[in-house]
Amino acid sequence: MSRPSTLSQAQGRGRRIARRFAALRREGRGGLVTYLTAGDPDGETSAALFSGFAPAGADLIEVGVPFSDPMADGPIIQAGGQRALKAGMTLRRALSLVTELRRGDGETPIVLMGYYNPIYRYGGENFCRDAVAAGVDGVIVVDLPPEEDRELTEPARAAGLDFVRLATPTSDDERLPVILERAEGFLYYVSIAGITGTRSAEAEAIAAAAARLRRFTALPLAVGFGIKNPAQAAVAARCADAAVVGSALVDTLAHHLDKDGKAKGSLVEAVLAEVRSLAEGVRGARR
Amino acid sequence: MQVPNSFRVGPDERGHFGIYGGRYVAETLMPLILAVERAYREAQSDPAFAAELDYYLKYYVGRPSPLYFAERLTRHFAGAKIYLKRDELNHTGAHKINNVLGQVLLARRMGRRRIIAETGAGQHGVATATAAALFGLPCIVYMGVTDIERQKPNVFRMKLLGAEVVPVSSGGATLKDAINEALRDWVAHVEDTFYVLGTVAGPHPYPMMVRDFQSVIGREVREQMQEAEGRLPDTLVACIGGGSNAMGLFHPFLDDLDVTMIGVEAAGLGLETGLHAASLNGGAPGVLHGNRTYLLQDEDGQVKEAHSISAGLDYPGIGPEHAWLHDLGRVEYVAITDKEALEAFTLSTRLEGIIPALEPAHALAHVAKIAPRLRSDHLIVMNMCGRGDKDVFAVAEQLGVSL
Repeated sequence: MSRPSTLSQAQGRGRRIARRFAALRREGRGGLVTYLTAGDPDGETSAALFSGFAPAGADLIEVGVPFSDPMADGPIIQAGGQRALKAGMTLRRALSLVTELRRGDGETPIVLMGYYNPIYRYGGENFCRDAVAAGVDGVIVVDLPPEEDRELTEPARAAGLDFVRLATPTSDDERLPVILERAEGFLYYVSIAGITGTRSAEAEAIAAAAARLRRFTALPLAVGFGIKNPAQAAVAARCADAAVVGSALVDTLAHHLDKDGKAKGSLVEAVLAEVRSLAEGVRGARR
Repeated sequence: MQVPNSFRVGPDERGHFGIYGGRYVAETLMPLILAVERAYREAQSDPAFAAELDYYLKYYVGRPSPLYFAERLTRHFAGAKIYLKRDELNHTGAHKINNVLGQVLLARRMGRRRIIAETGAGQHGVATATAAALFGLPCIVYMGVTDIERQKPNVFRMKLLGAEVVPVSSGGATLKDAINEALRDWVAHVEDTFYVLGTVAGPHPYPMMVRDFQSVIGREVREQMQEAEGRLPDTLVACIGGGSNAMGLFHPFLDDLDVTMIGVEAAGLGLETGLHAASLNGGAPGVLHGNRTYLLQDEDGQVKEAHSISAGLDYPGIGPEHAWLHDLGRVEYVAITDKEALEAFTLSTRLEGIIPALEPAHALAHVAKIAPRLRSDHLIVMNMCGRGDKDVFAVAEQLGVSL
């Protein structure tokens, strides 16, 4: 069953995620992965934000699917999810948003990130089929560890959807092989033991973790949680293959809402300006 | 669905009861819950652990709790013979302490010094704060602001006991949200923290472990009923939020197929209104808080807020073993409204001089429905799993009395 998780094999399947990381390696730089929750703060603004990501310098786009009970998220992303749900976002609508996004961008990898219950309700096979049809390349399911993931990894593989796994500071040498057994696309390293948008890891800790993870896998490595500014993004991009920024962008978004929670005219440009500055940070960190 | 040879063998080695249960947690927590499982297995095979737990249950909690023949309720309903398992007489006033002591002793074995817990009605929070005080451990209890408002006496008790009560305002600010926040705390304090979960839900091994610790209730009932009537009871009735008191009563009897078991969910304002907490009677299978089980949820898989007058039943999920027993048909699950529970609350208070918690008042309301139709030699055991002191303010408000 298990397929070796190597970059060359992933490339051989011609997937967008593998192609993008291969291109980044050729350029000799780390990439920028940007996260927002789909539908935050409303469908139209959200569509404008996601379609602005790649032109602003994002190398890979993470589309968050809101969930009522986001156990791994801190207050900033929780609030974003609540805004999105209130505005009517669903898993089905998130897939429509990706379909729209793909019309203008055939190449930037898109990864859906969320919790398992909306996918389970949608039906694992239906979800994988519709996600691929919409142009989704990979999926990260926060609360579906290797012990429980078969019911989704099998339809995902059949549909050609990369199942991206999370490794954390608690993933010791005994645990890592379990995590990596069915990992695809890239490995997402959660750089702190904690929830999103709270603490940040020290540069040395990230470097040490990246070096250790590379002993276990040839998959590209993205580092997230606690990366808030261009300097931190540069550190992550230097020792891994990409830096993931989420809460910082959601926080900027939240600062451009009026008192009724509606998007101010300045919102889209403010978030995209931050993406540009993060992209510069990442691009300045050549290895 | 295939009926198993025994209803008492679950879960399997991966923590599943049929399709329910499991370990749906963030990767950061996986090594921790695997460690809890290993430590629990070791403790189970260590007679010193059982001896220590038995000691505290006897001398600190006051077990065994009596099995009391409720003569006036029996006469009132003029049908079945009604016994109450008096777990409200336990130290701290509810069944919750049975499980808490087991888990805190386990935390000590594992060398974990910081205790966290969630609480709804506050009974589990009080029990955890109590055990933490007893063993000199720092304790943080997460509690929804809605529940803090309606369970003020318990909030103060926890603070008196030295616990820090952290208000949770996300979502509907009730038990579900308190569990989310406790899980977030655990993810951020992996080195030193033990999460004392209060019900038979959450990731494996919690549903199994909490059930095992609460099964002392059912084991005692077997012996006590043998002593009182020379036989097993005919019907067991218990209320269900997450389902720990019910599982503790039912589990030792699951393979006694002549014993009927009824779990009573909270129907809130009525199942038809959508404002209830009856996961089995009004929900569908889903994944939340580390396990697959029946959940109140919408078409998109978003978990809905539960509604019940009882903070302890106000939870949109249910323990996975109950979900399994429901599908197998071994246990019957019914629902009782806020109004019916309040009537039973008053009845128990006036007829027996026992002020029940609003949670077991739901169980009593169902006893009121079935007892009159049963013969006088039919033996019902209802779990009086908590006392109502904590609820007097909420009940006063419902009755239009200002204190």
